[in-house]
Amino acid sequence: MTATSDNLSMLEAPGINWRRQIRFALVGGLSSVFIALAGMPVGLDGRNIIQPVLSMGYLALLWVPFVFASLAGSVVILEGMSERERDAKDLAAGALVGLGSSAGLIILMVLIQNFNLRDPLVNWSPQLLDLLSFDRSTGLGMLLWLILGTTLGLLGGAMHVVPAKVRSRILAVALAVLAVSVLETFLTDLLEGFGLETLTDFIYYKRGGLEVSGAIVVAALALLIPLLVGSKIEGIKTRVVEMPSEERRRVNLLLLTVGAALMLVLPFFLGKITNELLANVGLFVLLALGLNIVVGLAGILDLGYVAFFAVGGYTTAVLTSPNSPGFSPELPWPVALIIVVVLTGIVGLFIGAPVIRMRGDYLAIVTLGFGEIIRLLFLSDWLSGWFGGAQGITNIPGVDVGIGTVKGTDPRSVFLLVLVFCAIAIYVSWRLEHSRLGRAWMAIREDEDVAEAMGVNTTNTKLMAFVVGAVLASFSGAIFSAKVGSIFPTSFLMLVSIIILVVVIVGGMGNIVGVIAGALVLIGVLGGPKQPGLLQEFSQFKLLIYGALLVWMMLKRPEGLVPNVRRTRELHQEEFLQDAWLKGEIDTDDDEDSQ
Amino acid sequence: MPLLELRGVNTHYGAVHILKDVDLAIYPGELVCLLGGNASGKSTTLKTLLGMVTPTTGDVVLDGESVTHQSTSYRVERGVTMVPENRRLFKRLSVKENLELGAYLRTDREGIANDMERIFELFPRVKERMNQKSGTLSGGEQQMVALGRALMSDPRVLLMDEPSMGLAPALVQANFELIQQIHEEGVAIFMVEQNANMALSIADRGWVLQTGKVVLDDSAEALLANPELRASYLGESGNG
Repeated sequence: MTATSDNLSMLEAPGINWRRQIRFALVGGLSSVFIALAGMPVGLDGRNIIQPVLSMGYLALLWVPFVFASLAGSVVILEGMSERERDAKDLAAGALVGLGSSAGLIILMVLIQNFNLRDPLVNWSPQLLDLLSFDRSTGLGMLLWLILGTTLGLLGGAMHVVPAKVRSRILAVALAVLAVSVLETFLTDLLEGFGLETLTDFIYYKRGGLEVSGAIVVAALALLIPLLVGSKIEGIKTRVVEMPSEERRRVNLLLLTVGAALMLVLPFFLGKITNELLANVGLFVLLALGLNIVVGLAGILDLGYVAFFAVGGYTTAVLTSPNSPGFSPELPWPVALIIVVVLTGIVGLFIGAPVIRMRGDYLAIVTLGFGEIIRLLFLSDWLSGWFGGAQGITNIPGVDVGIGTVKGTDPRSVFLLVLVFCAIAIYVSWRLEHSRLGRAWMAIREDEDVAEAMGVNTTNTKLMAFVVGAVLASFSGAIFSAKVGSIFPTSFLMLVSIIILVVVIVGGMGNIVGVIAGALVLIGVLGGPKQPGLLQEFSQFKLLIYGALLVWMMLKRPEGLVPNVRRTRELHQEEFLQDAWLKGEIDTDDDEDSQ
Repeated sequence: MPLLELRGVNTHYGAVHILKDVDLAIYPGELVCLLGGNASGKSTTLKTLLGMVTPTTGDVVLDGESVTHQSTSYRVERGVTMVPENRRLFKRLSVKENLELGAYLRTDREGIANDMERIFELFPRVKERMNQKSGTLSGGEQQMVALGRALMSDPRVLLMDEPSMGLAPALVQANFELIQQIHEEGVAIFMVEQNANMALSIADRGWVLQTGKVVLDDSAEALLANPELRASYLGESGNG
């Protein structure tokens, strides 16, 4: 380690790699054309970000030059490496990338005007051309794109020229404006709960999107608040970090209690739509936390996780619904839940026992199969006497909790119930992660053979992960059943497994906070397999975005959305060292220092 | 009485006959080595001793008790531990977590804490790196952690799979010195090596395995002097 960083300190970050800039320009152009032809600009044009200046449709194109230019200019700076002075050349490089991105669109405009390819490409339409030419003449539109693309690219390049502090301020402001606009439904709902309609009327346009004045206020606040209180917060933070561990634990406990109390009070200030949305997010948080144990901790790639969600949901339906076709004990939900948990655990054991002997790709494929088999069993005529086949089971009662009933028509109660179970799941995950069992899971994830050689009973330990994951999924299934009131095999498509997996990967495998954040962003904003998110317009592009996000995450941020900072640096450092070693730039024979 | 023994062991992978009537015995506190070229069955011998492979016929005997059909954890609990080839640390876990996993089957907190201290005394560098991810350590440091991890199970016999493989030449000597140091604390060591010269220079006894059969079984000095062995192994690795 020491030898390598000594070697590195002699390195200066390399200068502008023009070939890389050109590559980014080309990819930017192609991405713009792809986005345009995927129909995003036209499909999302109805959603305002800032009324009348910017709609989501234009944003879908405008981010490309800016982000690609700033990505093209970024260089990973490692420990002991000195950063190169940035200058006007970086601006030029950014402008080049931006130009490339808009050139793609300009070529597309020429092509749309002269050829008709609407047959294979449904979005090759006059509407797209109108949108791309800003509802003016095509020539003017092209000129505007040229200017816009280059300017945005220049700004993207400038991100590296300005000091880091300025850069983070600018990004914070842009993100704040975007977030306030995206979270419109949630924020209006919340502010209404506090009787602050006047504020939302001021910020938001009547038919969606920020008013220009509102946007300016939000931007100003995002700029000023950190300036005014940022240093104070920093101060408190360092004071907490410097506290003795006993005291720090007390502060953490206090924060946790306050947070929990806020979460419990929150539903009462929210309207129906937002509560419903958050309840859906909560159901996915439960599922994702369960899968996080299986995939994130134990490293078992389970692609059929939805099976346990289905078993939980169907068992609840059979045990509580008077309409259950075969067997209808009409048990109260809490009693049913105990049976559900036990039964799903047993199903987990039965599916797990044969599957667990396999590894890697084989295991993934077999679990995929099992997930589908379970759904097809619920759908089958053979078992329709029990589970109703395609008709499913209806009339599932809500949950009687003494002071009221939790049912789908009252999303607030559902959200509260989900919150309670999420808290349980978080606590269980956290305790398990730091237990002996959790350590054994991580050992298996890292190297199964060696874990076995250390005395870990790998078969049983992996089965435990499967069963714990299954039980957490069954919680979600049981609540889902009572919430929706009816249950059909179509609720348990393979897509659900995939989306939960995406949530776990995007959030950061094995990271509880990350997984929750992942569920909030993906399910809350973009939407679940059937549940709409805050950006309802996105529903038709949801899978496209999920896929793109997944590829990008795997390539660039394998550590997830909310990474452990140290691990990020290690991963990137490793990657960089490998590259450098391949190019023969540094001597990686790091064994010599250990004599 | 031998600590760990193979008696007439035959092992198959499917139809392939790997180990053929292998007999060997490791006595408490000795340092022995198993030599052999590629695909001679060295690693299979190790895996059979530890229970990761079950022999088709024959017995694995630990403290006079047949453990042929007992699990790996059963044997680890009774003092058999392996240091795997190429160290194979749990790379994304911290050094401390790696050491704790070595003591996975132990429940005596005090004993674990004592052994951890002992390892820090043996390898002060490991203590410095305690909270670092083990994958970021240098080769030499990783070797120390691998040895430490194995020692954390409080073993009576340490099975080492190619301890010098993948180490820089300058480190090989240091590594053998470490092994000797551990041996002097009373732990029996069974070492599988290709680096015959170096291994025999510290071992008491040794075996030579060829296509699954033990062809030589003698004291280290006798093996070093054996002309056949000199020709087939020591010539090649003599400079190692």
